[in-house]
Formats: sequence, C-alpha cells, structure tokens
Amino acid sequence: MKKFYYLLVVVGVVGAGVIGWQVMGTRNVSIPANVVVTAADTAGFQGYVIGSDTAPVTIVEYADFQCPACGDFDTVQWPEVYDKLVATGKVRWIYKDWPIDGAHRYARLAMHAAACADDQGKFWPMKSRLYAYQFQWSFGSGQYGKFRDYAKSVGVDAGPWDACMQSAKYAGRIQATSEEGARLGVTSTPTFLIAGRLILGVQGSDQIGKTVDSLIAARPAGGGRPSAGGKPAARTTR
Amino acid sequence: MRYRMGAALLSLIGFFVATYLYLYKIGKIPGIACGTGGCETVQASPWATFLGLPVALIGVVGYVACLVLAMVGIQQGGERRHWSDALLLAGATVGVLFTGWLTYAEAVLIEAWCRWCLVSAGIITLLFLAAALGWRSLRPAA
Repeated sequence: MKKFYYLLVVVGVVGAGVIGWQVMGTRNVSIPANVVVTAADTAGFQGYVIGSDTAPVTIVEYADFQCPACGDFDTVQWPEVYDKLVATGKVRWIYKDWPIDGAHRYARLAMHAAACADDQGKFWPMKSRLYAYQFQWSFGSGQYGKFRDYAKSVGVDAGPWDACMQSAKYAGRIQATSEEGARLGVTSTPTFLIAGRLILGVQGSDQIGKTVDSLIAARPAGGGRPSAGGKPAARTTR
Repeated sequence: MRYRMGAALLSLIGFFVATYLYLYKIGKIPGIACGTGGCETVQASPWATFLGLPVALIGVVGYVACLVLAMVGIQQGGERRHWSDALLLAGATVGVLFTGWLTYAEAVLIEAWCRWCLVSAGIITLLFLAAALGWRSLRPAA
C-alpha cells in the first residue's frame, strides 16, 4: 500500500511540475506604442503590397486587426476584391497598420505577429488567420500563444518568429504607419485611400470594383496610372 | 484492490492531461505541444465545447471524480463491492462513451487529430477496463 501512495505522490508532483512549468513559461511580450520612429524603422517599407506592379490603380487600406469592421471586410469582401481586382491585375493593394490603441489593446501585438510572419513571406495568410479568428483572441488572455499557433498553422517557423516577437523590432514601423495615417486624415478603420480620396468604413467589393473601373476609364490617353494619393506607393514587401 | 489503485493512478494522469488541455483552451498556456497542429484545430472547433462548457474542463472534473471514487474504494478496502465501485464503473462508462464520440468527431467531422485528446481517450479506456475488471473481481456486497 505504501508503494501505491509513493507512486501517487510521484505522479502528482511530476504532473503538477510539468503543468506549472508550462504556465510559468508563458511568454510576456508587449509591443510598445508611441515609440520614437527612426529612419531605420521604415527603410524600404511602405506597406504590405500585393498585386501587379503595373496595375493601373493602387488602393491603400489602413486597418486594425482587432477592429470588427476590418474583420468583416477581410472575411467577407476581401476574397472577392482579391479575385476580381487584385488577381486580375487591375489593382495593387497596400495594407497598412493603423492601431486604435485605446479600444484595441491587442492590436499592436497582432500587427507585430503579422509583421514577423511577413519575415517568412507569410503576411497574407497570417492576416487572413488573424481576422478569421478575431473573436477568439480579442478577449481573454494568452494572445501570444494564440498568435504563435496561427503563425505555425500558416507555415511559419516558430523559432525565428519567437525571436522576432521578443525583439519587438517592428514596433517603430507600426508606429510610423499609424502616424502616417493620422497625417493623411485617417480617424477610424478600415479606411481606404483611393486616388487621393479617403473612404471611411467597410466598402463592398462591388462598390470598390465600380470605383476602380471608373478610375481606369478616366485614365488619360497613354495609360497614366492613378495612384492611391498621399505618398507614392512603391512595392516593397511582396 | 489493485484495480482500484490502477484506476486512481490513471485518474490522476488523466487529470493532468485534461488540465493541460483546459489551460491551453483558456489561454493560460501559450502553445500546445502537439506536433501535428491538430490540437489547435480540434480545440478551436465547436466540438471542443459541450453544453456551453469546454470539453477539457468536463474531463478535469470527470477525472477528479474518478480519482475520489477510486480512493474511497481503496479506503473502504475489502474484497466486496462498495457503492464507490459502482459509481466509478458508471462514471468510467460515461467517460469512455463520451470520449468515443469525441474521437469519432475528430476523425470524421473535424478531420484533425489532437494527440493529447487521444492520450486522454487511451487513459479513460484503461480506466474503464480497470473499473470493469475490478467490479468483476469483487464479490457482491452482502
């Protein structure tokens, strides 16, 4: 009987130790807001770009991963926008971070998680995953672990991603696009910059398609290219 | 008696496995050591919740109940069946049926395998066998 109790205690101690080690080992990463932006933070980066370099129209989206409206746009409208406008070569799409810090406490961490996935060429699938599971990570705790799981599920190598997250190396870049959006007049998300006009709120894919078609039709002879407006949007990421 | 001891040890191991899954489910553990990625898929699926409760939490409670019943049986001693043996067998039967349904859900509905869920399925199956064999080996109470 004594042996049984010894065994029970050993199993209990080992089990509690493993569980405790797992819980205590939870990484505590935070991405600071309002950091001082340096030139190095934004060097060679003007957003996450997808689409043809020669597309006649460029659209910039300012968005926040924790914003429900951005989630609606990404899960409902974006697949059609991509298929009809980006994949067909009509539009070059630039995604930029615009965190709403007061309301969305995990937005910058999510943005940094996507930026670190981008290091491995996985920004776009990570973006889709973050929006698709927005309801799962917007509340409660353990965001780092959830983001890590999403990153792994889209094929990101967890080791370099962990190192990237721990370094918080993209905090300045997120701050830079936040300040850039504010300078342009962005006040909420999602906001779209199309041909120099800021369009606030979720836009339907049909509406965006009509705008794009009208811009293409209005192009000057010779195929001039209406830019998004604001800063010239150069392809930098993909 | 050895079946009761076996049931107690299995319940304790199962408790830790279920606790690990539950802590992951509520975000207290950052990542789950799964290997296949299937654990995340299964844990995020609708089948990870039953009657509004996380299945892993039901597992934690169930294993604790089995551990308590097995320990009560050990304390009662003797070679006769006690009420705790009957409750342990009933609980293990419910557990193994529930786990069978969840394993079916993994295979057919979710199409992803959670290794830790399979470990728990193995534990509850062994626990059921221990409870059933223990019940069989004991004489009916007078």
